[in-house]
Amino acid sequence: MIESGTTAPDFTLADQDGDEVSLSHLKGQTSVLVFYPLDFSPVCTSQLNVYQEVLPELAERGAKLYGISVDSAFAHKAFQESLGVSIPLLADFNPKGEVAKAYGVYIEERGHSERALVMIGPDLEVKWSYRAPTPLEVPGANLIFDALEPVAPR
Amino acid sequence: MDGEEDLGSAGVPGVADDDYVRGEGPLVVEYADLECPYCAKAHELIRDLPIRRVFRHFPVVSKHPRSRLLAHAAEAAARQDRFWDLHDSLMADQAHLEDPHLWARCRELGIDLERFEADRRSTEAAERVVRDFRAGIRAGVVTTPTLFVDGLAHPGVPGPELLARLSG
Repeated sequence: MIESGTTAPDFTLADQDGDEVSLSHLKGQTSVLVFYPLDFSPVCTSQLNVYQEVLPELAERGAKLYGISVDSAFAHKAFQESLGVSIPLLADFNPKGEVAKAYGVYIEERGHSERALVMIGPDLEVKWSYRAPTPLEVPGANLIFDALEPVAPR
Repeated sequence: MDGEEDLGSAGVPGVADDDYVRGEGPLVVEYADLECPYCAKAHELIRDLPIRRVFRHFPVVSKHPRSRLLAHAAEAAARQDRFWDLHDSLMADQAHLEDPHLWARCRELGIDLERFEADRRSTEAAERVVRDFRAGIRAGVVTTPTLFVDGLAHPGVPGPELLARLSG
């Protein structure tokens, strides 16, 4: 998977409303790409719901979240509404999984991405990345806050 | 820095004097949402186990719109030493969660309604729920219920293996 210190691979994807979001749009802000396997699978339901609850605290630290999966913009729209979340969902739909592949988190045999978090700095450099040991294990929001906090090097 | 605002990783806080605790046995710290059906299921499964059970609030409002309000209501019941009574009542029936239903539950449980109404809107109730929620976030809670046993998180409704272990 992509490592910190590398330049974030470029992308242009449609969000749940069909509006294009490009890497260049993320310049000047801290962004967290939340790669998850599929819309409507029970595990990611709670993942995005819990992240939604701490959006104000993330915003205070200047960070914005984007969900990404291989589902279409239409599925994302329905998924977003069913969850009741405002986190934008990007459709890595065509060519399928291209962005997940570029970030090194695509599972070829399953046809969807792993569960992973990639933090991109205002300069579009990868600041931090994390891959869950299995797609069933959901990374806590605490890990995002750890990566955001200016602490001494580990 | 490890201040109030910090949401970075931290272990599950130990049992505090003002925690809601019941039973005797191995310690089980539960992060739960009073509107969550999986929490109700978990409650049914662990209710009679020989465990020392600690309840902490983890309302996921985007999923369960009334969960925070219910957490505040449980806090108000706690001011009258009736936390577990209202908790059990809510867990037993999650189809009646509107205000008139809460008032009916209070009347049934003998909770002073006037005090309840004031207390559930208090800053103290709100702060307590936020305190629990933030500690849950820091401990990596991403789903409800999550049970911590020996400091290890068990997300979701407890399975047969965990239940067998907790059955003593």
